[in-house]
Amino acid sequence: MVWELLLKWLPKLIQGATLTLELTALSVIAGLILAIPLGIARSSKLWYVRSLPYGYIFFFRGTPLLIQLFLVYYGLGQFEVVRESVLWPYLRSPFWCAVLTMTLHTAAYIAEILRGAIQAIPPGEIEAARALGMSRFKTLVHIMLPRAARIGLPAYSNEVILMLKASSLASTVTLLELTGMTRTIIARNYQTVDMFLIAGVIYLVMSFVLIQGFKLLERWLRVDACQGR
Amino acid sequence: MTIDLYGFGPLLAAGALMTVKLALSALCLGLVLGLLGALAKTSPYKPFRWLGGTYSTLVRGVPELLWVLLIYFGSVNAVRALGELIGMPDLTLSAFAAGVLALGLCFGAYATEVFRGAILAIPKGHREAGMALGLSKPRIFTKLVLPQMWRIALPGLGNLFMILMKDTALVSVIGLEEIMRQAQNAVTFTKQPFTFYMVAAVMYLGLTILAMGTLYVLERRAARGFARRT
Amino acid sequence: MQNYKKLLLAAAATLVFSANALAVEKLKMGIEAAYPPFNNKDASGTVVGFDKDIGEALCAKMKVECEVVTSDWDGIIPALNAKKFDFLISSLSVTDERKQAVDFTDRYYSNMQQFIAPKNVDFKYDKASLKGKTIGTQRATQAATWLEDTYGDDISIKLYDTQENAYLDLTSGRLDAILADKYANYEWLKSKDGTDYEFKGEPVQKDEVAIAVRKGDPLRAKLNLALKEIIEDGTYKKINDKYFPFSIY
Repeated sequence: MVWELLLKWLPKLIQGATLTLELTALSVIAGLILAIPLGIARSSKLWYVRSLPYGYIFFFRGTPLLIQLFLVYYGLGQFEVVRESVLWPYLRSPFWCAVLTMTLHTAAYIAEILRGAIQAIPPGEIEAARALGMSRFKTLVHIMLPRAARIGLPAYSNEVILMLKASSLASTVTLLELTGMTRTIIARNYQTVDMFLIAGVIYLVMSFVLIQGFKLLERWLRVDACQGR
Repeated sequence: MTIDLYGFGPLLAAGALMTVKLALSALCLGLVLGLLGALAKTSPYKPFRWLGGTYSTLVRGVPELLWVLLIYFGSVNAVRALGELIGMPDLTLSAFAAGVLALGLCFGAYATEVFRGAILAIPKGHREAGMALGLSKPRIFTKLVLPQMWRIALPGLGNLFMILMKDTALVSVIGLEEIMRQAQNAVTFTKQPFTFYMVAAVMYLGLTILAMGTLYVLERRAARGFARRT
Repeated sequence: MQNYKKLLLAAAATLVFSANALAVEKLKMGIEAAYPPFNNKDASGTVVGFDKDIGEALCAKMKVECEVVTSDWDGIIPALNAKKFDFLISSLSVTDERKQAVDFTDRYYSNMQQFIAPKNVDFKYDKASLKGKTIGTQRATQAATWLEDTYGDDISIKLYDTQENAYLDLTSGRLDAILADKYANYEWLKSKDGTDYEFKGEPVQKDEVAIAVRKGDPLRAKLNLALKEIIEDGTYKKINDKYFPFSIY
């Protein structure tokens, strides 16, 4: 029974899974780029540098992605100004709305991971770099960021998997990614449990592959050697 | 500037209460599952390690939304069997119970990794010192490892709790009347999506402030005696 | 001792599960509550609408107590089969696909699907004119099935979780038209948001709306009898007139 269903709907499900991966990849890469300045500013010792990223992170971590998505997709569409702006061709499409919301959302989390990682760098190493005559900027680029990247990598891989799964919410703004596709198929064949199980296994395979990839990356970067001195 | 809630205020407040109840219940279940998972994963016995690993990988790999739907719709037969066993054939899982199970399961899987990381982050020397002092293994765990784990795991757990609190919005899908569901009801009635989703967002923010304050106090308490890092 | 243990187990179970073993005479009716004027919620959180009124009239005739249980539209048929409620009265059209999953009573109103689009555009729904257009509808509805079967991949069909969200996207300009049940459209066109829109063309298909029960449930016969009675004694007409100035039976 399950195999029949799987064979019959596999092409559609793969189509959905592809969209899921696209959404995830775009948002975690764009999110990381956005998060680097946020994370650095967030761990600054100056309160006025710290406060802006703090507010940003606070809002995006404090509210559900589902609500952020509804606000961007349905909420913005209510305003004439937005509908007549140059951005409307992008905001009109559910795909870009989802990517935008997921990027803004995940950047807040990644920035926090980066801050934690930067603060976890043993102060001695930074002092050593400064004592060797490195400038603040050089210390940041050559010592702090590579160190923080290794410390933060396990948490970042967690975040990527989280976003892979969070992309299932895009089904609520009409995108036919894996969950949306599955729900649409269920609307035709009513095989609720079997279809959700199949979708679950596909998600599992995708996250398994991602986790293995990150494990390889961790080994390559020798993350173990940097932790738990 | 006042916002007209069209009389939906009390309903939204009731929704917030439901969200809090759901999040705290799932947190309790999740902490227990997470601690058990981490102990299993760092155990010297292979079957335990395998069990812990399977639990965290399996649960972490599937979207929370799918777990909620699966547990609510998929548990019918299992629950009916249980019901017949105790003489209540019409037993069903309520939306609340299904939500707690699904969210607790997911929280536990992530907490497993956080706790495991914390256990591994405790220098070996501490455990060796405990053994040298002649402490038994359970005592080393409760007196030495657990208090330190707490400090290291707290920020991670805090992160997870924020995620959990917002994942409660997913339980609206199976009809539990929490904040999100009530906001949607209000939008259907008033056709004002921006207003009500914004109000809902602010309510979640309020809950987050509450959680963050609690976490801050806990973190400060746990970090007593440690130098502030720059 | 054995009994004591059973009792404890049962007590623990009632804490976690909602047990309905004690209230035999109480029926649960399943309603989506997001589909005005047939079913939605008012500011006090009560479910209101045509479906609910009919459901209550039927319960009164059957002399049983009824309780409303709400569910998301996607999962509403699975929820019936999962015994989350006993009968489903939520503007559900009778289809062959659905007949494989549940049993239906006689119809309690007739339904048809019709397009709506902005007043100022010339809208035709043959394949050639619809090329490149985006049509919205609710997921898991008759209209969605009809669109998929008729146009397939030739036009872009957007599926929404609730009908209300589709209307929101029509007003924001993301959709060129909506295909939905005529009476739901009628209600929306009357609203403030709907003033610039109108029905386009004739209804594309007709179908019957009925109450669904689990396969083989004897409740079906009781509901049919009660339905006949409320139509004969004028209760039905009273409810109809409360919502529509024409008969929808």
